Amino acid sequence: MSLTDQKSSLKLSKKTVLFGMTRKELKSKGGLVLLQIFLTLLLITFLVPALWMVSSSLKASTEVFAHPIVWIPKDPQWSNYLKVFQLPGMPFATFIKNTFIVVTIAVTGTVISSALVAYSFARLRWPSRDVWFAILVATMMLPDVIMLIPRFIIFRNLGWLDTLLPLTVPYWFALTPLYVFLMRQFFKTIPVELEEAALIDGASRLRILFQVVLPLSKPVIATVAVFAFLQHYNDYLNPLIYINSMKNWTLPLGIAALNADESFRATWEMLFAASTVMVIPVILLFIIAQRYFVQGITMTGFGGR
Amino acid sequence: MSTITLFKKRIKTPSRLVWREWLQGFLFASPFIIGFIVFTAFPMVYSIWMSFHKWNLISPPQYVGLKNIIKVFTDDLALKSLGNSAYYSFIAVPFQLVISFGLALALTQPIKLRDMYRSGFYLPIIIPLVAWSVVWQRVLHPEFGILNEILGWFGIPAQPWLFDPKLAKPAFIFMSFWMIGRQMVIFIAGLTNIPDSLLEAASIDGAGWWKKLTHVIIPLMTPLIFYNMVIAIVNSFQTFIPSKIMTDGGPENSTLFVVLNIWRQGFQFYNMGYASALAWELFIIVIGFTIAQFYISRKWVYYES
Repeated sequence: MSLTDQKSSLKLSKKTVLFGMTRKELKSKGGLVLLQIFLTLLLITFLVPALWMVSSSLKASTEVFAHPIVWIPKDPQWSNYLKVFQLPGMPFATFIKNTFIVVTIAVTGTVISSALVAYSFARLRWPSRDVWFAILVATMMLPDVIMLIPRFIIFRNLGWLDTLLPLTVPYWFALTPLYVFLMRQFFKTIPVELEEAALIDGASRLRILFQVVLPLSKPVIATVAVFAFLQHYNDYLNPLIYINSMKNWTLPLGIAALNADESFRATWEMLFAASTVMVIPVILLFIIAQRYFVQGITMTGFGGR
Repeated sequence: MSTITLFKKRIKTPSRLVWREWLQGFLFASPFIIGFIVFTAFPMVYSIWMSFHKWNLISPPQYVGLKNIIKVFTDDLALKSLGNSAYYSFIAVPFQLVISFGLALALTQPIKLRDMYRSGFYLPIIIPLVAWSVVWQRVLHPEFGILNEILGWFGIPAQPWLFDPKLAKPAFIFMSFWMIGRQMVIFIAGLTNIPDSLLEAASIDGAGWWKKLTHVIIPLMTPLIFYNMVIAIVNSFQTFIPSKIMTDGGPENSTLFVVLNIWRQGFQFYNMGYASALAWELFIIVIGFTIAQFYISRKWVYYES
């Protein structure tokens, strides 16, 4: 806004009042309304792929390939979601079960092991602690891809290939340093006096961690759990490398295979329904735990993907 | 006398406590210490060793000197994949930054239902990338995809997005614009932290919104812009899922990105040594960006103390 602009608007604003607003107020309100309209259009654009996925998952197989595109299915085929679980040679219920097992064990392991280590770094004094903490911080930036091949060989030598072990056991060893770091920072903000009282009463450190510190650390536990959940739920590369037998496949492997399979290539509605099934838990989690998503991102910058 | 006994007591009892705390400290931190040695340090050393060997997992590893490393810099596919990743990262990231910064600016204005808009723009990034890729493969489908349908409304002829080597990478870049939620959240947090007094002072000095943006907001936001840029580049260099699922590297290797090439060499062709060398190349690139970010941001980026 140039200086003359401002002057003229000032001159007018003294007298001109429209809908109870001065000209200047009206002008900035007008800008906001335009912004709102623009953002709404942009938001629709952002959500269209996801909405199209859901709408197409309910289409009849002929409707998927209709020209012009049918945006809302005339007769929603809810049975598509049943059919996904009955696809020949694609046991989706098993994939969901495996995913559930992997995610539960890996996330629990991540939270417990990260809390133990974080407590040690935050509260206990022991020789070489600072060296190990420096190592922890340094490994936060390591790209996982460097470990891809050697870890594969390790698990191959252990005879763990084609089992769920490589997808679960390592995460009981605080494998994501970022989570330890977040928890340590949070534990540092808890007053020591609370623990000292318990220590004098003769409580062990383990008891203090689980009965005093962790109940006070729900936000950071929730943040770590949410991100660990996303990490393991979305993981495709590790299962791809470690798992062969279909009976051990996780959901991402199942959907990718369905997508690549020639015999299912023409059944888009099945692919969309399977994708929707995979998306639903994440959306539910997002609705329930939205603030932990935001907290986690602003704390770390690594959230999401 | 009394002081001496006191002194003795003080020395005696704490030392036992200290020793106990040392032991506890080690025990609590042991998941990380063991995990670091077994799943990080050893694999990295092993990976260096493998880079100098030819190993297909069947016959014993065979020392080949610098052969693998020379191949990293001379092999057509290695160079092509590095070029593809660089093209993708360096073109997608600036656009992503502009979009996410613009959105963050808009979503810090006093518009209606602001939180709903924020969640909506964030949503695509939490959708599991496997499902997202399956959907986008169809969004970009030349005949039945919604992108060509919508472009058709504006008179733009249908394009064979993922089937044309010239268009495949731009299509991937276009798809990445939907995944700016994390950057947007970080920018929103940063913008919210700008003190109102600074903006008011600028207003009193007669600065319009453009002056405020370029002279106050952007200088204050440089650390976050830079941070988001590096994280985005590092993440883009490590993309795997979309290229594996949507195109499997094609057409004509135009979407063969670095990680896909590593995966192929390692787990399709079983060139474990060469794949390790390729992983080290990516490792050095990623670490290079991370370290550069760390040092450059110290030098010229504005930080509020």
